[in-house]
Amino acid sequence: MALLELKDLNVAFEIPDGEVHAVTKLSFSIDAGDALAIVGESGSGKTQTMMAVMNLLAENGSASGKALFKGEDLMQMNAADLNKRRGKEIAMIFQDPMTSLNPYLRIEQQMIEVVMHHQGLTRAEARAHAIEMLRAVRIPDPERRIRQYPHEYSGGMRQRVMVAMGLLCEPDLLIADEPTTALDVTVQAQISQLMTELRAKSNTAIILITHDLGVVAGLCDRVLVMYAGEAVECGTVEQIFYQPKHPYTKGLLKSVPRLDQPDDSGLEAIPGNPPNLLLLPEGCRFRERCPSAHDACRDTPPMQLDGQGHAWRCFLGPTDE
Amino acid sequence: MPGAVFWGQLMNDRVLRVQDLAVHFKVREGLLFNSKTYTLKAVNGVSFELNAGETLGIVGESGCGKSTLARAILGLIKPTRGRVLWLGEDLGKLDEEALRKRREDLQIVFQDPLAALNPRMTVRDIIAEPLWTFYPRIARVQVDERVRGMMKMVGLLPNQINRYPHEFSGGQCQRIGIARALVLNPKLVVCDEPVSALDVSIQAQIINLLKDLQKKLNLSLVFIAHDLSVVKHISDRVMVLYLGRAMEISSRSALYKRPLHPYTSALIKAVPVPDPKLARIASDTGLTGDMPSPLDPPLGCVFHSRCPYVVKRCELEVPALRRMENGDWVACHCAEELDLTIGKAPT
Ligand SMILES: Nc1ncnc2c1ncn2[C@@H]1O[C@H](COP(=O)(O)OP(=O)(O)OP(=O)(O)O)[C@@H](O)[C@H]1O
Ligand SMILES: Nc1ncnc2c1ncn2[C@@H]1O[C@H](COP(=O)(O)OP(=O)(O)O)[C@@H](O)[C@H]1O
Ligand code: SF4
Ligand code: SF4
Ligand SMILES: [Mg+2]
Ligand SMILES: [Mg+2]
Repeated sequence: MALLELKDLNVAFEIPDGEVHAVTKLSFSIDAGDALAIVGESGSGKTQTMMAVMNLLAENGSASGKALFKGEDLMQMNAADLNKRRGKEIAMIFQDPMTSLNPYLRIEQQMIEVVMHHQGLTRAEARAHAIEMLRAVRIPDPERRIRQYPHEYSGGMRQRVMVAMGLLCEPDLLIADEPTTALDVTVQAQISQLMTELRAKSNTAIILITHDLGVVAGLCDRVLVMYAGEAVECGTVEQIFYQPKHPYTKGLLKSVPRLDQPDDSGLEAIPGNPPNLLLLPEGCRFRERCPSAHDACRDTPPMQLDGQGHAWRCFLGPTDE
Repeated sequence: MPGAVFWGQLMNDRVLRVQDLAVHFKVREGLLFNSKTYTLKAVNGVSFELNAGETLGIVGESGCGKSTLARAILGLIKPTRGRVLWLGEDLGKLDEEALRKRREDLQIVFQDPLAALNPRMTVRDIIAEPLWTFYPRIARVQVDERVRGMMKMVGLLPNQINRYPHEFSGGQCQRIGIARALVLNPKLVVCDEPVSALDVSIQAQIINLLKDLQKKLNLSLVFIAHDLSVVKHISDRVMVLYLGRAMEISSRSALYKRPLHPYTSALIKAVPVPDPKLARIASDTGLTGDMPSPLDPPLGCVFHSRCPYVVKRCELEVPALRRMENGDWVACHCAEELDLTIGKAPT
């Protein structure tokens, strides 16, 4: 059984101009201990997918579909049951660490609460555990640092505290939304390394939401590519990076500036912009930007499967260019 | 536009000389009654030169002084020390009126595309504003023609001329910002992280656009980014900044193969490679510790607290930015002894 399985998730937001279709009929699953990346450009629905699963959508948002966690549907669960799982079985690191750390509480208090709440440790035990986690994420002098407030930490240190808190209870599933995007490259490299180590130690499954295909290649086993609220391709990292099938995935891979390629190899951009989620086009949502678009693409493309876990939503066959 | 002939003669000439430029800020730390005033040396003695039609990439981590340097180059902040010479003239010595005239040549593109544009102005007014400022008597039809031409040039539809910024995506807003920066036919454009806020697929569009325009208009370009992969495709030379100082200024062909400075080498190693087989064996950056506070930078070499190659001398003596045999510049005591060739195991 999959650890988490999403079935036909839809997320929409009501705004004065109409309905924003943020996520459409999204299905995927992740096994225990696995690392799945969700990639796609800004606004493609990555964050709202996980917000819907964790029942954290904004007031004007609504969701339908199933999110089976160990066989139980999170979307049907009452708040008390969901809260019991949050933090202990499922932890989430948000896109902006300052929004999820309380600026008025010492790091100590914030970390200890989490552990005491979920693991029933005494205060002293919880404190020792928290210090150990801070040391694991390489906060220097953790015995002293744990008494400080979030604003006394640098951006990179705050993000490391978030990783520490996410992993504090050794959850079965960690959802990390762009944990490194706002950070400098050298700090990004540290955090990525850290997540790999901690994952190996605690067998935590990770859903990593990111724009950065480099981070995906180093950290994940499987990749889900989203475009305009839909899954357009899903497969192992090898399938996605070496045999991409969907024209959007191909374009995305070509537009990444790479240091390991000759200087004058130009950058290939994807022309145009993503569609407006208020006025989604009929047929394939990538059609206007797709170099392979043809007449058939005015209809909704099917999800094709190759029998080896690779799936893509397009009329092109496995060997078409 | 004036000066076109003169400009032609200056091809392959130094147009910009920045000499020992420093910008220091006074900042207060602490609570009201026991606050202390410190000096924050945001830019601390940076020198470089730029040719007509050349692109210099400037790279460094957040807070290292990139934006401050950009503003100082354009005369938007007064330097604490040092000079900026534009076509041989010291911008710091010009009076307001003369400086205003030079501004026609010197333009900037900002990082956050939407925030940089006035939300209450139409695209026409945003792009035309510099024209009105410099040529108050210009005829309306002429302005419209010029604005439509600019929109076409940067890949916007001229029939969107009456729209407002919020009706455009991030990448399109950046195109508007570029059109505005180019409308006066400037000779130097400083782009301060023009693609950092954009998605990769759109980033590539903007980088390619700037590269094309640079060639077509023979612009001198300063392109700032926080990561080396972004500037690689557009720069002739690259400067690496750390805590307000230039660590290295090298030609692109040399820098990515064999960097001269340990910090450059760490920045290269830190960029994740989008290839699962290569990524699994990705090299450690070798850096120790965190970025020091810019209020209290290390003595001697500012990089010594994190450098894997540090020796005693580095803690005592500030390494000067000096020229190596191949013509590139580096500020490291050990540059001759280190072989930082990428892909080679450290010795
Ligand atoms: N409360 C809301 N009301 C209306 N629309 C919303 C709301 N929250 C999100 N959206 C829209 O839903 C879409 C998906 O948003 P989401 O945050 O999931 O994007 P994302 O893929 O995480 O993007 P990013 O990479 O920028 O974080 C976007 O078009 C966004 O503008
Ligand atoms: N007006 C100012 N007053 C005080 N400090 C400033 C001011 N502007 C910038 N700084 C500081 O100067 C340093 C360099 O800033 P900046 O040039 O914006 O860096 P970058 O663009 O490289 O991120 C930072 O530590 C920043 O906080
Ligand atoms: S369905 Fe057609 S338009 Fe869509 S991605 Fe495939 S080829 Fe392109
Ligand atoms: S001068 Fe010393 S500390 Fe500075 S970069 Fe060179 S070796 Fe490292
Ligand atoms: Mg998001
Ligand atoms: Mg800046």
